[in-house]
Amino acid sequence: MKTLLLAATIALSAGTAMAQDTVRLGTEGAYPPFNFVNDAGEVAGFEREVGDELCKRAGLTCEWVTNEWDSIIPNLQSGNYDVIIAGMSITDEREEVIDFSQNYYPPAASAYVGATADADINTGVVSAQVSTIQAAYVAESGATLLEFATPEETIAAVKNGEAVAVFADKDYLRPFVDESAGALMFVGEDVSIGDGVGLGFRSSDTDLRAKFDEGITAMKADGSLNALIEKYFGAEGLKF
Amino acid sequence: MRPSQPESIPMFAACADPKAIEGFNWLSCYLTSGKHLDFYWSFVVVLGLLAITAPAALAFGFGGATAARSQFLPARCFGKVYIAMVRGIPDIIFFLFFVIALDQAIEWSKHQIVCPGWTEPVRRGLEFRVCPEAKVPLSSSSALWHQAYGFFLAVVTFAIVFGAFVANVLYGAMQAVPRAQLETGEAYGMSHAQVFRRILIPQMWVYALPGLSNLWMILIKATPLLFLLGVKDIVYYARELGGTKTQAFEYPHGDWRLYYFLGLLVFYLLMTRLSEIVLNRLSARLSQGQATAAGEAMRRAGA
Repeated sequence: MKTLLLAATIALSAGTAMAQDTVRLGTEGAYPPFNFVNDAGEVAGFEREVGDELCKRAGLTCEWVTNEWDSIIPNLQSGNYDVIIAGMSITDEREEVIDFSQNYYPPAASAYVGATADADINTGVVSAQVSTIQAAYVAESGATLLEFATPEETIAAVKNGEAVAVFADKDYLRPFVDESAGALMFVGEDVSIGDGVGLGFRSSDTDLRAKFDEGITAMKADGSLNALIEKYFGAEGLKF
Repeated sequence: MRPSQPESIPMFAACADPKAIEGFNWLSCYLTSGKHLDFYWSFVVVLGLLAITAPAALAFGFGGATAARSQFLPARCFGKVYIAMVRGIPDIIFFLFFVIALDQAIEWSKHQIVCPGWTEPVRRGLEFRVCPEAKVPLSSSSALWHQAYGFFLAVVTFAIVFGAFVANVLYGAMQAVPRAQLETGEAYGMSHAQVFRRILIPQMWVYALPGLSNLWMILIKATPLLFLLGVKDIVYYARELGGTKTQAFEYPHGDWRLYYFLGLLVFYLLMTRLSEIVLNRLSARLSQGQATAAGEAMRRAGA
């Protein structure tokens, strides 16, 4: 066993070059248009372009890694990747365990989507993705929270009647509503929660965070960030 | 483990603009998209994992069973503790906890060797930080190495977990070999090791086979646990490909998870059927000349 591990360690370190400037970006890959795995099997979406642009400006080589949402913070801490770029809203609760950059997407509206216009979002069963600000919000409201591991399942729950409505980022839900041919619709008022979407870093990685922060500031200033928001979220996307 | 196709080159020129084609052409382009090729490759990964894990688990199990019935007390304790501990812990906890521990142990050991001058603490609250040179694989290594490493962790973990169950089955099988057979060997003046090698091992397999075949079936179905280890297996891809695809994707479609899972159902049924056929033949072969009911029935039929 010991020799096996040792042999594997040597084999793994021998086949690689020593370039320490590689930064690994961790994303979920299941939250279009923020991030998704496209038909070619690669990470794509708004955050792919933002991440690549930030790496280019900071002179870093970046690699994309997908990780399921539920364990995305623990895997950052154990060092499987260096940055979380996964549509993660900045909240006080998360600030206690990781550090955020400034936001690269403004505090956006969350919305309810149901199968009928009179869906009871105040006391009925509402689905949301596990460990999201939306799940926390539903739990605080009078509704019964039904949690799922992936965003896909939260919408499927409404379609098959398990939940009366789903509560998620409006930007994520909009394409599903537009393409449902009337089967899904927005219900009730939009809700604004969170402080916008930011990059997540290990608390000890202050230098790396500063580099990315600088890049975001520059992208906000020269309008390239707004151009990307326009490209992925359309005219309805919030701008800086 | 296959590196993804470059985005700009679809397999066929006709698939350059998927939203303009329909019918059969659309379907053939859809089924040959880069992500689908990854999906097909994941079947190879799963089969490869089974092909490597099964013999590895058998080896772990054989070692465990031999240790558990050893006359040397520390070896016996080690064997029994291994069997009891791994069998008693739920698989999913083992897969979540053990893999992280193994990964960190490997990185920590490498850290001690390559970064002796590192002064910062490795553990800082919830964070685990070794020096960049000690990461396994290095953060600069290609995605292929990361996947190979995940696969390696998966094989080791599966082998340890299933090895404990195999050990228990083999332990029982060794006890089931009639004592008279072993005594006959001793009467011929064979040593303890000779009796073990020449009499016990050849005869135990027929008793072990039903238990081992159960474990093999469970192993086939346990591969979705791979995703916990970061290896994208067939169930992950079926869920991912089947999910609703909006216009942000090249091939938008509704919720097709049912069809993908039906495909997996067929795959798993074929696998289990094939295994049954092979195991039945093996069982018949092993029963030949054995002092068991099946062996006796064969002898009579032949006579």
